[in-house]
Amino acid sequence: MTGIAIDRAVRTAARPRHRLVRHSLLLAGRSLTKTRRNPGVLSDALFMPIIFLLLFVYLFGGAVSGSTHAYLQYVFPGVLVMTMLLAGMLATGLSINTDIKKGVFDRFRSLPIGRSAPLIGIVLGDVIRYVVAAVVLFATGYLMGFRVQTDLASALAAVGLATALGFSLGWVNVLIGVLIREEVIVQTVAFLGIFPLAFGTNMVVPADTMPGWLRAWVKVNPVSDAVDAARGLLIGGPVAHPAAMTLLWSAGFLAVFGPLAVYVYRRRS
Amino acid sequence: MSYAFQAEGLVKRFGKTTALAGVDLAARPGTVLGVLGPNGAGKTTAVRILATLLRPDAGRAEVRGLDVVRDAARVRDLIGLTGQYASVDEDLTATENLVLIGRLLDMRKAEARARAAELLERFELTGDAGRRVSTYSGGMRRRLDLAASMIGRPAVIYLDEPTTGLDPGRREEAWRLIRSMTDGGGTVLLTTQYLEEADALADEITVIDHGTVIAAGTPAELKRIAGGQTITVRPRDPARLDEVAAILRAVSGREVEPPRRDVATVPVSGDAAFTETVRRLEAAGITVTELSLRLPSLDEVFFTLTGHHTQEAA
Repeated sequence: MTGIAIDRAVRTAARPRHRLVRHSLLLAGRSLTKTRRNPGVLSDALFMPIIFLLLFVYLFGGAVSGSTHAYLQYVFPGVLVMTMLLAGMLATGLSINTDIKKGVFDRFRSLPIGRSAPLIGIVLGDVIRYVVAAVVLFATGYLMGFRVQTDLASALAAVGLATALGFSLGWVNVLIGVLIREEVIVQTVAFLGIFPLAFGTNMVVPADTMPGWLRAWVKVNPVSDAVDAARGLLIGGPVAHPAAMTLLWSAGFLAVFGPLAVYVYRRRS
Repeated sequence: MSYAFQAEGLVKRFGKTTALAGVDLAARPGTVLGVLGPNGAGKTTAVRILATLLRPDAGRAEVRGLDVVRDAARVRDLIGLTGQYASVDEDLTATENLVLIGRLLDMRKAEARARAAELLERFELTGDAGRRVSTYSGGMRRRLDLAASMIGRPAVIYLDEPTTGLDPGRREEAWRLIRSMTDGGGTVLLTTQYLEEADALADEITVIDHGTVIAAGTPAELKRIAGGQTITVRPRDPARLDEVAAILRAVSGREVEPPRRDVATVPVSGDAAFTETVRRLEAAGITVTELSLRLPSLDEVFFTLTGHHTQEAA
């Protein structure tokens, strides 16, 4: 047995670098396989953009902008940001919670791999959700008459920016997933947390008519920056400041909640 | 003497509950240590500490001389774990599960595949290797779970109640596979609620209750403490239970356990007592509907060691 133990030690020592990256990617592959086997789990990423667009445009369009067509141009960038926030958030915490409950994570934790690899793996595996949501959103938007008024590169940048914010806020959900034991509560907390963030913005309507306290919140809400940036990138307008703010916020969320989630996960009994 | 793993004075509290109140465990290389105890005795907590999933509040534990807290990363290189609940991914196939673990253990793809195929063969799952685990029966899942803990040829394997929930036939099949796990020189820690299981698999047994060790020794030593075997008699006429109890008392020289459901039970030290009981029952003209000689149950071991039954303990 000594020989075997040494074999493994040697193998590990021979390729010490990039182990966390490799293990995380392996586990992301596992998440993707799971998603492929149960495509139903993507239904929210699939239908959310369609429902949001139809609902917002035909419900508020006439009242806010005078016509549904004009409103579609206004609201589309906001729906993009909101979709990206929700695409990862609702599912990630839940899949982590399920893994922990079923004992799968216990086995991972007893393996000589990076402590954060299983968490990173799940979050990376969920990137497919952002891709699906973005594709469906643009397809629906185009069918309804939305047109990008800048160029392809800017449109991709808008998607990237929204994804960055969604991805970094996704770590809040990872934290919720490792912190809370009941899956129903995991979903409730995620929902309650996301609403003020996603709706307390200038996404659906301009902020002018809001009471002072809400305007103040809309102003500091990082989602508003992302919506402004996406609007600039998709239909024209100032980009540099809101885009920089979005990236800054994203980096901040990632820097705080990433390590915090890993810490709680390691400490969890 | 060198141990494959060793724990001394393990203490673990969860809020106000003390799960472990100073537990010692040790196993020599190549042996099976059975940790026997009722639900809630602290078995799983002890395994989780030894598997680096949980830090003890006091005491220490080592695997091949490496501390499970300070050298946790290196300990993980030496261990394999099969938890109480099947810890394989239901959405993946058996092969995918095993290959994933092999790859996480830094095996090359071909090496991981070969190892997976070898273990699937050994655990008799080759025919179902390409099916999703969600379609597996409980017994198959358990076998896959055992295979999964062996991918990296670990020096120490922890099996937390590996047969709980299996029906008797499946249990014996699992026993056969578990027995083979020490063939390569590996050491196994097995927790169980069944004395039979510990007796069938373990070289040494540690009995724990309420987070403390109440007995430790070989199965033979333990059975001696519990009075070895038990004679159980059920007279056809329940009114003659007192007479039966008197005979059993005389034959064994021990107090008969309080009768339950018209059955009298007494621990005995040798086979001779059984023949003697049969003779005396016959002489007294007592016909019986049940007469058996068997190993003590965990409950009886507990009764002997602590004076209370496991149900009362929980």
